[in-house]
Amino acid sequence: MESTSIFWFVASFAILLFVTGIYSLLVTRNLLRILIGVEILAKGVTLLLVSAGYLTGRVNAIQPVIITMIVVEAVIIAVAAGIVIAAYRQNGTVNTNEMCNLKG
Amino acid sequence: MMIYPCDPVFFISLALMAICALWAVMATDLLKSAIALALTSVCLSLTMFLLSSPLAAVFELSVCAGLITVIFISAISMIKPEGNDRKEDLVFRKNRRLKKYLPLPFLLVVVGIMLRMIQIDMPALPVADALPVSLSEVMWDERRVDLAGQAIIILVGVFGVVVLFKEYMKQKECEK
Amino acid sequence: MITFFIALPLLVVLILNLLPRKQADALSFWCGMALTVVSGIYVLMAPRPMTSDFDPVNLVLNWKIVTSDLTAVMLISIALVVFSAFWVGRYLLEDENRQFIFNNLLLLCMVGMNGVVFSQDLFTLYVFLEIVGASSFILIALERTKAGLEGAFKYILLSFVATVLILSSVAMLFMVCGSLDYEAVRICLTSGTLDENTSRFVLFAVGLFAAGLLIKGGMVPFHGWLPDAYSSAPTPVSVLLGGIVTKAAGIFTLIQLVRNVFVFEGVSPVLLVIGTVSIAVGAFAAMGQSNFKRLLAYSSISQIGYIIVGLGSGHIIGIVGAILHLFNHSVFKTLLFVNAAAVEKQSGTVEMDKLGGLSNKMPVTGFASVLGFLSAAGIPPLSGFWSKVLIVVGLWKAGAPMAAIIAILLSLITLAYFLSVQRKVFFGKLASGLEGVKEADFRVLVPTILLVLITLVIGLTFPWLFDTFLVPLESFL
Repeated sequence: MESTSIFWFVASFAILLFVTGIYSLLVTRNLLRILIGVEILAKGVTLLLVSAGYLTGRVNAIQPVIITMIVVEAVIIAVAAGIVIAAYRQNGTVNTNEMCNLKG
Repeated sequence: MMIYPCDPVFFISLALMAICALWAVMATDLLKSAIALALTSVCLSLTMFLLSSPLAAVFELSVCAGLITVIFISAISMIKPEGNDRKEDLVFRKNRRLKKYLPLPFLLVVVGIMLRMIQIDMPALPVADALPVSLSEVMWDERRVDLAGQAIIILVGVFGVVVLFKEYMKQKECEK
Repeated sequence: MITFFIALPLLVVLILNLLPRKQADALSFWCGMALTVVSGIYVLMAPRPMTSDFDPVNLVLNWKIVTSDLTAVMLISIALVVFSAFWVGRYLLEDENRQFIFNNLLLLCMVGMNGVVFSQDLFTLYVFLEIVGASSFILIALERTKAGLEGAFKYILLSFVATVLILSSVAMLFMVCGSLDYEAVRICLTSGTLDENTSRFVLFAVGLFAAGLLIKGGMVPFHGWLPDAYSSAPTPVSVLLGGIVTKAAGIFTLIQLVRNVFVFEGVSPVLLVIGTVSIAVGAFAAMGQSNFKRLLAYSSISQIGYIIVGLGSGHIIGIVGAILHLFNHSVFKTLLFVNAAAVEKQSGTVEMDKLGGLSNKMPVTGFASVLGFLSAAGIPPLSGFWSKVLIVVGLWKAGAPMAAIIAILLSLITLAYFLSVQRKVFFGKLASGLEGVKEADFRVLVPTILLVLITLVIGLTFPWLFDTFLVPLESFL
């Protein structure tokens, strides 16, 4: 089988993750759930990067990229979780309704 | 070694990953969501291993399935009263949540059909053209700046923890 | 010498945190200040193009850096805005501990922005973008107010979506080119060996990348986070965000990538449309605001629209105008946010309904804000006028007269809402409760006067600058 169809096979799973993540971003009203949706998006990106490296035979070139990306995302998620907790202490809830006061 | 989509282990790990991701989004309990997310990471890590990226797979396993799950679970435990829904609400909320996520599978099918219709073919570079480079060469020579960047962003993260957690503790002590 | 722009701030941060806290608190401000002044002067004095010769840090870092005059413009703007933010932070943040953390994060954000300016690799670019992003999130949430946390969370969310778009695009481009280096990607994309199928795929990837950058730059239709983040952040942070962050993260990167990497036909019309829509939406939304900082945020969207339009013209004059406007915008927007900081501290509010007649009480701030507003609206002979003229001429010559006319007309609207702000806040009758207001002290007047001087000097010496500085910019293009 050609690499093209393998790519689409893997990419369709990545797209599935993207759709799932974005859908959950749109419907949820819980800040932590938003972060979980965001993490699912990051998983999709990782899958795309891995398959790109594998299919072009440049696995060694792409692995450091993936590692850096994973570390960076972890830091961002940690900061985001910190902000959610600070918001919880401030508002007493993690509902997004409390997060819609800025308008104009 | 080339992997084919019909390779059962490969297919199963991808399918499990998708199922876990759906579960993470749809579970009613936040804790279960976090665990499902960790399982998604584990399945992804297995896939990465099969796609011959073992080192990245280890990082996925330790950082995403390990560290991030710890972050999520500690965050959930800090907002405990909110995380546990009141019992009488639970049945009602379950129904509503199901209704909310019902369009999701439908949406997935629609996106799938749309993708088939676009038909962008994937032009992968021929494998044979790749120069043989070793992993350590790329990581420590070509991507040294990225490693420095990793160190810097971890430093930023440390400041974030100081701002968002430590000062609060101080405030609390003062109030006592 | 050039990697010192990364290494020195980092070194300062490390040393400050190792010192005993008492000394570090006092030192952090002066160290950061000295650093910005030195880097600004170095960029002005250094022979161009700046090289990484004689660079001990680069022996370790092993970084391939290509600099241009655009890099120099960005480095000066970064140094200038961070300089002002340091002063405003010292002025507004009373808690010493918080000020120390603010100074540290400011330096780290500067490291990130310098890295974005230097990076020659799509993935390195992403890493430094995230450094800028992460430090901005923390800075917005610095005071942990309700609004600040909300603004920070919105910024994180949209920034993460932008990241996902950018990285997906990186994966696709890697698949086509096998490398992420700017040079290699450009050669791969322009060599003409790609078949029709592949070029469609590449176009899709480039579109994703550009969408990610437009989110980071806060352009319409991705601008939702920007006014919230700007207005909810502590004012010293607003100075930083409004002055440089979105420009370094989104707009500069877009200019560099469109000119150097994704060299395509047919990018221009898209940029023209996005730019004109941004100008219009920003200007009209700004008219309805009652919060001074929020108004400045919307005006940012509108002004950055001009930069995008200039870039989209594709004509050399338009692009030079866009780069000049990038610099000008960081000068006058910083100036206006510094004025907002002075007003906030002295009168205790930035709601425009409660303000009025401050001009008599705060003559320097009032005068500076008139200059800033007029420069933003493009009134001769201030610096903002020249860059807008260049952009409009570029548009006209590139055969987009409609966009040129829209740009001119909307510039009038800019003037209208700025004059109405000026009347509400600084002119007219003194609002009740503001009788005791005094002029702000030197900590905020230092950046104010510096920025006013820059606006005036660039405006008055423009014909000379055009020959010596702007025409050489063509070498970069």
